[in-house]
Amino acid sequence: MKKNWTKFLVVALSVMMVFAMTACGGGSSDGGDDAAEGGAGVLHLGGTGPLTGPAALYGNAVKNGAELAVNEINAANPDGLQLSWDMQDDEHDAEKAVNAYNKLVDDGMQVLIGSVTTAPCTAVAAEAYANRTFVLTPSASGPAVTDGNDNVFQLCFSDPNQGIASAEYIKNNYADKTVGVIYNNADNYSSGIFDKFKSEYESDGKQLAAVEAFSDDANADFTAQLNSMKNAGVDLIFLPIYYTPASNIMTQAAKMGYAPTYFGVDGMDGILDLEGFDTNLAEGVLLLTPFTPYSEDAKVQEFVKAYEDAYGETPIQFAADAYDCVYTIYDAFQKTGLGADASMDEICEALIGVFTGGDFTSSGLTAESMSWNAAGEVDKTPKVCVIEDGKYVEK
Amino acid sequence: MAERLFKNIGSRGLKGAVKGSEYRKEAFISYGILLIGYILLQLGAMTGLIGRNLQGQFVPICVYVSLAISLNLVVGISGELSLGHAGFMAVGAFTGILVAKILERSMSINPLILIIAIIAAALTASIAGFIIGIPILGLRGDYLAIVTLAFGEIVRNFMNVLYFGFDSNGKLRFAFNHTIEGVDTSDRIITGAIGATGVTKMASFTAAALLTAFTLFVVLNLKNSKQGRAIMSIRDNRIAGESIGLEVRKYKLMAFVVSAALAGMAGCMFGLNYSTLAPVKFNFNTSVLILVFVVLGGIGNIWGGMIAAALLTVLPEALRQFADYRMLTYAIVLIVVMICTYNPTIKARVGLFVDKFKPKKKKSGKGKTGKEAA
Amino acid sequence: MNFLNSLISGLSLGSVYAIIALGYTMVYGISKMLNFAHGDVIMVGGYVSFILTMYVGMNGWLALLVAMVACTILGILIERLAYRPLRGTGSLAVLITAIGVSYFLQNSALLIWGANPRVFNSLFNGMKTIHAAGGQLTITPESLFTIIANIVIMIALTLFVSKTKAGKAMRAVSEDNGAAQLMGINVNQSISLTFAIGSGLAAVAGVLMCSAYPVLMPTTGAMPGIKAFTAAVFGGIGSIPGAMIGGLLLGIIEIFARAYISTELSDAIVFACLIIVLLVKPTGLLGKKINEKV
Repeated sequence: MKKNWTKFLVVALSVMMVFAMTACGGGSSDGGDDAAEGGAGVLHLGGTGPLTGPAALYGNAVKNGAELAVNEINAANPDGLQLSWDMQDDEHDAEKAVNAYNKLVDDGMQVLIGSVTTAPCTAVAAEAYANRTFVLTPSASGPAVTDGNDNVFQLCFSDPNQGIASAEYIKNNYADKTVGVIYNNADNYSSGIFDKFKSEYESDGKQLAAVEAFSDDANADFTAQLNSMKNAGVDLIFLPIYYTPASNIMTQAAKMGYAPTYFGVDGMDGILDLEGFDTNLAEGVLLLTPFTPYSEDAKVQEFVKAYEDAYGETPIQFAADAYDCVYTIYDAFQKTGLGADASMDEICEALIGVFTGGDFTSSGLTAESMSWNAAGEVDKTPKVCVIEDGKYVEK
Repeated sequence: MAERLFKNIGSRGLKGAVKGSEYRKEAFISYGILLIGYILLQLGAMTGLIGRNLQGQFVPICVYVSLAISLNLVVGISGELSLGHAGFMAVGAFTGILVAKILERSMSINPLILIIAIIAAALTASIAGFIIGIPILGLRGDYLAIVTLAFGEIVRNFMNVLYFGFDSNGKLRFAFNHTIEGVDTSDRIITGAIGATGVTKMASFTAAALLTAFTLFVVLNLKNSKQGRAIMSIRDNRIAGESIGLEVRKYKLMAFVVSAALAGMAGCMFGLNYSTLAPVKFNFNTSVLILVFVVLGGIGNIWGGMIAAALLTVLPEALRQFADYRMLTYAIVLIVVMICTYNPTIKARVGLFVDKFKPKKKKSGKGKTGKEAA
Repeated sequence: MNFLNSLISGLSLGSVYAIIALGYTMVYGISKMLNFAHGDVIMVGGYVSFILTMYVGMNGWLALLVAMVACTILGILIERLAYRPLRGTGSLAVLITAIGVSYFLQNSALLIWGANPRVFNSLFNGMKTIHAAGGQLTITPESLFTIIANIVIMIALTLFVSKTKAGKAMRAVSEDNGAAQLMGINVNQSISLTFAIGSGLAAVAGVLMCSAYPVLMPTTGAMPGIKAFTAAVFGGIGSIPGAMIGGLLLGIIEIFARAYISTELSDAIVFACLIIVLLVKPTGLLGKKINEKV
């Protein structure tokens, strides 16, 4: 039995050590926490997203974008309503996301901005629905996120809408092209868009010439998929995927000497700022996106500059969505007439009232006058951009 | 090779089975931990001492504890390295969700649905265990490990292309691609990589704790039965086992199938605890995580695995204060704890320290067992 | 033509797996442990080479050399700090520690280099793709060099293990640790050397892999690591030619499954082939038969 005891002791000791360390660690140093308790008090915003693991870039973009907005709001009006922002890691996992959400509730969060990715957000949404937390997600675009949850709203286009919009655009503008799709069959977002794209595109007798899939591994060999596209005579490939695997596909296609037109969705944004990527390869890529860091818009320019100064990298769309989320919540909260000391469920009901009231609109980096329907979907017009000379040009 | 794998660490189980008193002691400690843990956590939750964060982990803790117990049956008691436990969990979880979704259309008693779903999950997972268990019989050590790893990946890959839905007559249909014949896209209940959504949360702490108790009951009883002793003697010396006429294949398969069924049940409980479940959850990392519980708790030591599972499930949450350094800290804790528990020098020092506080007992001749000499 | 194109991609992918699998197989041969952190050493090699070429402006080939040195040191450090304290305690304990090391490397990379992916500049950027058969057949310099590198490494390693003193010592240790020690072989040194060679090769694999499939992230090494482990077992773990054959076969099966059967189920097909092979040959293609002693 000696060995058992030894083992138990060591495990217990190390865990106790960790607990002791966490207890000493004290409060988090997130923006706004130590802001002066102005007359209007502090509204606690929380978020969950992948800060570690393969999807970490999306979570970190949201973390930074929201932090920027919170700092701006707090600095602009130190005597008014102040915001605090606490982002917890969910590792792009539903179970961890629920844990992170519970932790935020324990810590006094009043409004949730998140989760960043769809599957975790779906799980959190159900918890938040039962627990009455208002949820505005910057980027979880799957339909299951809002389905049946009156408290959950999306700031991004939903996946089905993106799929339908892409299919319509391609049918209307590239009727003579042979269309193929490469999508990620292990990814919620990609499968969701592809699903609707296919049914919409094939709704009036047209056929997709080739459909190929890959699994989550972004660094795969795509020659088999590309050969299949090439052999089917595909000259327009729809890529409902994120920019990381897309850059890989474009590089490999170029090496094969295959140069189709690419059509991407909002996940494609970021491809031009991918360090080390030969942007010539992305020349002529079409994408449906609400945000580009190259926009002439003064607000966007200001945001991009502030973001680059603070974090040393160009913001992707997720950061802009999160930035808009914070401003939207801030504006909507002012409309409720509640004080910052209101409880989570009071705020939830009041915000639902504002969002579905019919006259609430919010303007930000990703769109002018966004409004929401009762189902929680945002109404904003997707912009189709084309990449020319290493820049996005609106079509 | 298998012998090497379990050098010095798999000896306790055998003694536990041979001596009735050891078995009773192990059962006593295991059930005790479960009962005390359950009572303490329930009390903490009722008095509000335990926050939402920890309360939300009650069910996953029970699930992981169950998984650690069931994997211990294969790794510790049967002596085979399995890297695909999450695959059985996946089979059970998706079966359970499917059954629950079907039953929900005609029944409204959730606990009853839960029980039926868990039974169904145990059935499908044991079938999966049987199918994959057959090739296992001819394999040893790491070759067996890779087959279980392959199995886990195959299951996950299939889940990514598997679609279930109800057609207009309420009949269940399935397909291996996006369009299921006769089923409207909105009537699909399991959709490939997106997995299951809109799952009714039926799991509860009490139900999960009862499942853990059941798992414990099955594994401990099996361990102390005639079959269990046969399984362990095969682990310790296959040739000796064969020479006295034990049907090695039958016993290995039995341990494997039982373990798979129990993993399926735990998976079902897990699946019915969240509103959504995607196949990506059941990847290689999850299989490895369960293995970590078993090894950290002491291979073959049932209650050690239980404690390790509970602590390691809570640990990443407790580390949230470290913010960006959280997972790094987790990795370091894991390495340090492994070295401290298994390194002979450190073990000896800590052991001396512990002995000072323990009533002197007869030294048991541990460490060297028959297989050392083989 | 499609067949030949697929064959070339398969050989190229398989060569990457084979070089990674070598690290697994050698380490397994000598210390009977599954070094699951091996895949992440590849990622580190990729990052070191990327940083040197992008920020320091170093020549790609020179950067490869530095990355090899860095990974060699890293490999030795990992063995010294994390694995050696557990030697002789059974391979499961070391396996879990290896997983801890893998988490450690991934999360360190995340903290040091950030979550944003990088696109690796191919080592062969100046070279032209060969188009044959009227443009139907394409051979990229990446494929060509990966395949050549694989063959060269394999020959060099086989010669090293069979002809040199250090190589013979390694073989002796993997055959019988205790007896080797009695014969005056420094076991610790042999094991360190094995880790050094395996990790150095991992850096080569990292650079070759990222040249062909250019995305570099903290988790880049994870999946190839698992695939290469599979390849090593496929060929018979512990055997150097086995790792090569296993890696090549795995790459070819993977690409052909994608090209001719289904891109959605290619991984399942690869793993199913593996199970079938192990059913027929329970110790892999070139694995040694386990002799049982009573």
